[in-house]
Amino acid sequence: MTSSISQAQPFYDEPLAIKETPVQRRRVRAAWLFLTPMLLCLLLVAGWPLLRTFWFSLTDTSLSDAGAGAFVGLSNYLARDGDVWSGVLVDPLWWQAVRNTLHFTVVSVGLEICIGLAVALLLNVQFAGRALVRAMILIPWAIPTIVSAKIWAWMLNDQFGIINHLMLGLGLIDAPLAWTADASLSMWAVIMVDVWKTVPFVALLMLAALQMLPGDCYEAARVDGVHPLKVFWRVTLPLLMPALLVAAIFRILDSLRVFDVIYVLTSNSSSTMSMSIYARQQLVEFQDVGYGSAASTLLFLIVAVIAVLYLYLGRRQMEVR
Amino acid sequence: MNLRLLKKALLRLGFCGAIGVLLLYAVFPFYYAVLTSLKPSSALFQVSYWLDKPDFSNYAAVLQQASFLQAIGNSVFVAVCVVALALFLSLTAAYALGRVKFRGRATVLLLVLGVSMFPQVAVLSGLFEVIRALGLYNSAWALILSYTIFTLPFTVWVLTTFIGQLPGELEEAAIMDGASPWVALTRVLLPLLWPALVTTGLLAFIAAWNEFLFALTFTLTDQERTVPVAIALISGGSQHELPWGLLMAASVIVTVPLVLLVLVFQRRIVSGLTTGALKG
Repeated sequence: MTSSISQAQPFYDEPLAIKETPVQRRRVRAAWLFLTPMLLCLLLVAGWPLLRTFWFSLTDTSLSDAGAGAFVGLSNYLARDGDVWSGVLVDPLWWQAVRNTLHFTVVSVGLEICIGLAVALLLNVQFAGRALVRAMILIPWAIPTIVSAKIWAWMLNDQFGIINHLMLGLGLIDAPLAWTADASLSMWAVIMVDVWKTVPFVALLMLAALQMLPGDCYEAARVDGVHPLKVFWRVTLPLLMPALLVAAIFRILDSLRVFDVIYVLTSNSSSTMSMSIYARQQLVEFQDVGYGSAASTLLFLIVAVIAVLYLYLGRRQMEVR
Repeated sequence: MNLRLLKKALLRLGFCGAIGVLLLYAVFPFYYAVLTSLKPSSALFQVSYWLDKPDFSNYAAVLQQASFLQAIGNSVFVAVCVVALALFLSLTAAYALGRVKFRGRATVLLLVLGVSMFPQVAVLSGLFEVIRALGLYNSAWALILSYTIFTLPFTVWVLTTFIGQLPGELEEAAIMDGASPWVALTRVLLPLLWPALVTTGLLAFIAAWNEFLFALTFTLTDQERTVPVAIALISGGSQHELPWGLLMAASVIVTVPLVLLVLVFQRRIVSGLTTGALKG
């Protein structure tokens, strides 16, 4: 081997050689060591409990005596005794909860995206006091859900609520509405509160995305005299789509597990019962851990399917680009 | 020319109007809660938009309730411990994920993201068993432990993004000098990470302060309850005679610290929220 080759060799091998250095190996080992506490913690509070919930859903465990459950197969989901079917999958209340949750998710996420986008476009304009306005609209986001549900329950109160007072005064209604008690209105009340609380999050996400958009497209459009509405549809919206989808998926997954706002506003009323409310009622109030776990497992599967679909589609989209 | 001026003025008016409506929509409910809380019970059932003379009897009544003060103390304790635990665990994890290239890194990130997506109710029965087995039922530690399920995923995610953005040279120099990864993290990177830690810590604090489902399920007695549960359980003689003045006073007391935090740190909070979502 000539000296010139031996000198040239490391140049070509460098990327490979660095991977194998002891320093690098030590770093990888340290990385796993650094990850271990976090992974252990997640295993303890998420992984293991999730597996146990699956298992409980196959038993007749009750809350008062958690150790004594016996394996009952899939009968918490679906069972047949003579001509009578039983289990979560034939419980009309469960399907009502599924319908309610989907109704809630579609309407509230749709509204949040539209209003959030409008707010973001408004705040994307330079004006004096913009930082203050941006801080003010964060207030609904920071208020605990329980508190905002209580505040709205008071504003929506059928006899003394300010909303009825205002609507009566404006002549929109003839008699006070029982927002939270009337089955046809209570879902709208829940949606109203949820939209109020989460629009800031969506709006700020959209605003951050708007501010990352390249300015040269707009400059070109302005020079060519393109109508602002057309610029919005042809330039802003397509460029904003990825951020819009991220916001939508975050909000959809959040809405599917909705619990707090409904629990406080309408408690266990069947016209607004969500899947989480149903599962917790079975688990804690009726002490039926097996049956409640079956409902929780179904909710988990629904959320998981949507999440996996999203990740899969997101990756596909990235590959196409 | 005049027409154009008029159009410009109208546009400006419309814009100011829209901002006004937005502000009213965002702030009015909280304003109305403050207004209600400052009314004596005799004036409670007359709707009004303004207040002539504030009356603090509702606040006095709430602050005299030992269980409410206890709940505030519990909430502060739980939230502070959750922040400390989540930051410690996620700081080391984020260093590994943001600074070291290794096989399995993408899987770990995906796993963490997955945990942030799943519904709390799905782990409720399993977690209940774990908490009882550890002897933590009806204690603040049950909440501190269980809250890591929703704080860890986003603290890890946000801190990983922040650490990944730091220039690599600093740390490389330290490692060339023979510093261990622990020293590189705590001595070299940590001083640069304070802003990110404040952001993620704030978000974790707010999330822990506001949590309801676990707090409702894993605590039983007034001594251990946190603020959201205490407020949800305030009741009057019957379902239809809630003590609204008292309730609004309690709501304002637990919300004011958060509103102040948000107003002071809004820039940081917004950047934390958007890094967590957009970069992921």
